[in-house]
Amino acid sequence: MFAYYLDLALRSLKRNRVLTVLMVLALALGIGATITTLTVLRLLSGDPLPQKSAQLFYPQIDPNTKDGYIEGQTRPDLLMTYPDAMNLLHAHRATRQAAMAMTQARIMPRQPNAHPFYSDAVMTTSDFFAMFDAPFQYGGGWTASDDDSRAHLVVIASFLNDKLFGGANSVGRIIRMDDHDMRIVGVLKPWAPQPRFYAQGLGSRSYGDGDALYLPLHTARALEMRPQDTECYAEVPDMLNLETAPCEWLGFWVELDSSSAVSSYRQFLDGYVRQQIELARFQRPESSMLDLMSFLRQQQVVPDDVRLQAGLAFGFLLICVVNTVGLLLAKCLRRSREIGVRRALGATRREIFIQFMVEAGMVGLAGGVLGLLFAELGLFGIRHQPAEYAGLAHLDVTMFLFTFVVALVASLIAGILPAWRACVLAPAPQLKAA
Amino acid sequence: MELRPILSTLRRHKLTACLLILEIALTCAIVCNAVFLIGQRLQRMDMPSGVAGHELLQIQVADVAQPVNPYARVQEDLAVLRQVPGVQSVAFSNQVPFGGSSSNGNVLLDPNQPQRTLNATTYFGENLVPTMGVQLVAGRDLQPQDFVDVDTALKALGTGDSKDLPHVTLITRTLAERLWPGQNPLGRLIYLTPTVGLRVVGVVASLVRPNAYDAATAQYSMVVPLRMGADKGESYVIRTRPQDRERVLTAALAALKKADPQRVVTTQRSFDEVRRHFFKDDRAMAGILVGVVVALLIVTALGIVGLASFWVSQRRRTIGVRRALGATRGNILHYFQTENFVLATLGIGLGMVLAYGINLFLMTHYELPRLPAIYFPVGAISLWLIGQLAVLGPALRAAAVPPVVATRSV
Repeated sequence: MFAYYLDLALRSLKRNRVLTVLMVLALALGIGATITTLTVLRLLSGDPLPQKSAQLFYPQIDPNTKDGYIEGQTRPDLLMTYPDAMNLLHAHRATRQAAMAMTQARIMPRQPNAHPFYSDAVMTTSDFFAMFDAPFQYGGGWTASDDDSRAHLVVIASFLNDKLFGGANSVGRIIRMDDHDMRIVGVLKPWAPQPRFYAQGLGSRSYGDGDALYLPLHTARALEMRPQDTECYAEVPDMLNLETAPCEWLGFWVELDSSSAVSSYRQFLDGYVRQQIELARFQRPESSMLDLMSFLRQQQVVPDDVRLQAGLAFGFLLICVVNTVGLLLAKCLRRSREIGVRRALGATRREIFIQFMVEAGMVGLAGGVLGLLFAELGLFGIRHQPAEYAGLAHLDVTMFLFTFVVALVASLIAGILPAWRACVLAPAPQLKAA
Repeated sequence: MELRPILSTLRRHKLTACLLILEIALTCAIVCNAVFLIGQRLQRMDMPSGVAGHELLQIQVADVAQPVNPYARVQEDLAVLRQVPGVQSVAFSNQVPFGGSSSNGNVLLDPNQPQRTLNATTYFGENLVPTMGVQLVAGRDLQPQDFVDVDTALKALGTGDSKDLPHVTLITRTLAERLWPGQNPLGRLIYLTPTVGLRVVGVVASLVRPNAYDAATAQYSMVVPLRMGADKGESYVIRTRPQDRERVLTAALAALKKADPQRVVTTQRSFDEVRRHFFKDDRAMAGILVGVVVALLIVTALGIVGLASFWVSQRRRTIGVRRALGATRGNILHYFQTENFVLATLGIGLGMVLAYGINLFLMTHYELPRLPAIYFPVGAISLWLIGQLAVLGPALRAAAVPPVVATRSV
């Protein structure tokens, strides 16, 4: 029976080529636009570390003065001061914890005549790699005692290893950075979480390639490397000595494996804030601890423009669906006589309804195939846009399948009204009119 | 043209007519808002900079080895750049308008006030005003004796010794008007911290921030007499004639490389490129919106063509009868054109209400201003036009139906 409907639908679609092409084209445009923007939205609001994100938390505390503070409304600042980050780090209350800041490292290649270049670097503490599941190709991270001894060592990204050492195992080799010799202890596999959550608020970009270089925080500071972003909350006597200045410049992440660990860390954090208030270092009692995904939502990593585009695309799809409803209705009303004949020959209303839904579904499938083409075209356009996430916009298998789901659902919704109109037509007047 | 027969026909095709009206309404609502958004972006991209835009070049260099005396290094580089043929003026600045990265300070009017009055950007560097082509409208420019080395000032900030701190500043007219509305700003004091008071000695017409993300505060800029040493964050700003820019940039880079072959050039661009880069997202968004508006109008037009064609073929007999009873081709043509006009008008009316609703939503979620009334007629006219264009083909086909159709049985 279904095959018969398919045949009927094909015949009907062929009979009215112009109308069919119009319907498919309009639906395809709407689907193409929707899939393009949804792909970008999914890319931007994605989980950077799916296997780990539920265990990662971002504690925030507030060293500002009471000025402008509204209880329950003022959120703590995004970044942490050096003393607070070190206090929390050394308390070891979480499974793992790390403080970090972004910086720029000047790298001098060994090859003669090669030009020095600047690369993004992370200054952080030893738990960084294990906590964020950063995979190593060669070697490994450094230890807490390396942190304390300000050892001159680095972990480099695979792309930097390719550039400097042709991809060979470079563990133990020396890299010249900011006029200092640094020993390589580890080489990462290609690793670039999207968005680059750990760089949020640290004055660096959110998407794109990962960082080139990772080195111990204390080592970097001893070499006078400066963080990209510094927020000071009081008059600064000495900007060079950031460790003692009333400035926030560190991001701090903790790994907590169970809900009881989370609640006890919250208590610990509140206790820490209370203690600091007693010591007269703090005035505001507020603290916060968001998990990774809530943190990204709160940071609004998805640009307004992208959300606006997605809304626009849905509006567009809605118009395309209305358009398809109108055209399908026109087509089905034109076939009143054919329906009358079929009804008179014994077709039930149900059968007529299914026949028209099959026809709508076929328009949807055709629209989906063409829409996929438009989506690829749209994503090609997105990849040539200036945004930093642009290069990452590709259609994956999920979105590929989703395109057909959207196409079918949209066309079936569009088909309901015409199919219903067709099946409630009384057969007798239609036959008489002839 | 009599409207009654049209309305009574439409009443018999209620469902299709409603769908067409709905489609036109949705399109009208989205087009109104999209065109408004495009206008917003274009207006933003047109933001005045206050500098001689087409005459400026920006070069940033990073030294491989920290120079022994970074201040002397800058003076040497400036001297080298001045020698380049075609260079009219050179300055060393901590930031450039629309450059993105910026140095900002909290402005206080009273050293003891707990909350800042506002946040303004601070330009540092000698010779900035003449080099950038900033227009001085009152008072005087900064003089060489006003300038203090940054490191000296930082040290003075630590010791509290006000002798080595800068004492004067230039501000923009917008900032002056915001701080002291309707009063003469010259001679008044601004505090960047409770111990650093700066006397306003000059007012410039306009000088945009490097981080001009918000139009309301884009002109909150001041120029502070601080002299900087060579560092990778700072920029050499060169003024030249627009037609010489390319040649001067190449020559300037060569001259700087000659002075120290080891240094890395990190940025080299004209101010036009700085501006283009700053507004790249707005341009891309405006482009996307234009694409969406065009696609929407095309889809709606296709919908109208489809439905009108259907109506024409459905009414062939009626048309034949009318023609046989004396209606001219023009009458038939006008009938379908008027019918479309009526449907479009109803759709546009509903669309206006929807457009206003969408705008309210955008106002609360995206901090957009209210949709100005001018966009309503723009949306209406574009949809009337599209409707008339789309219906023309089917209406002409209807007009071509010969009267003899009336005599044939279908």
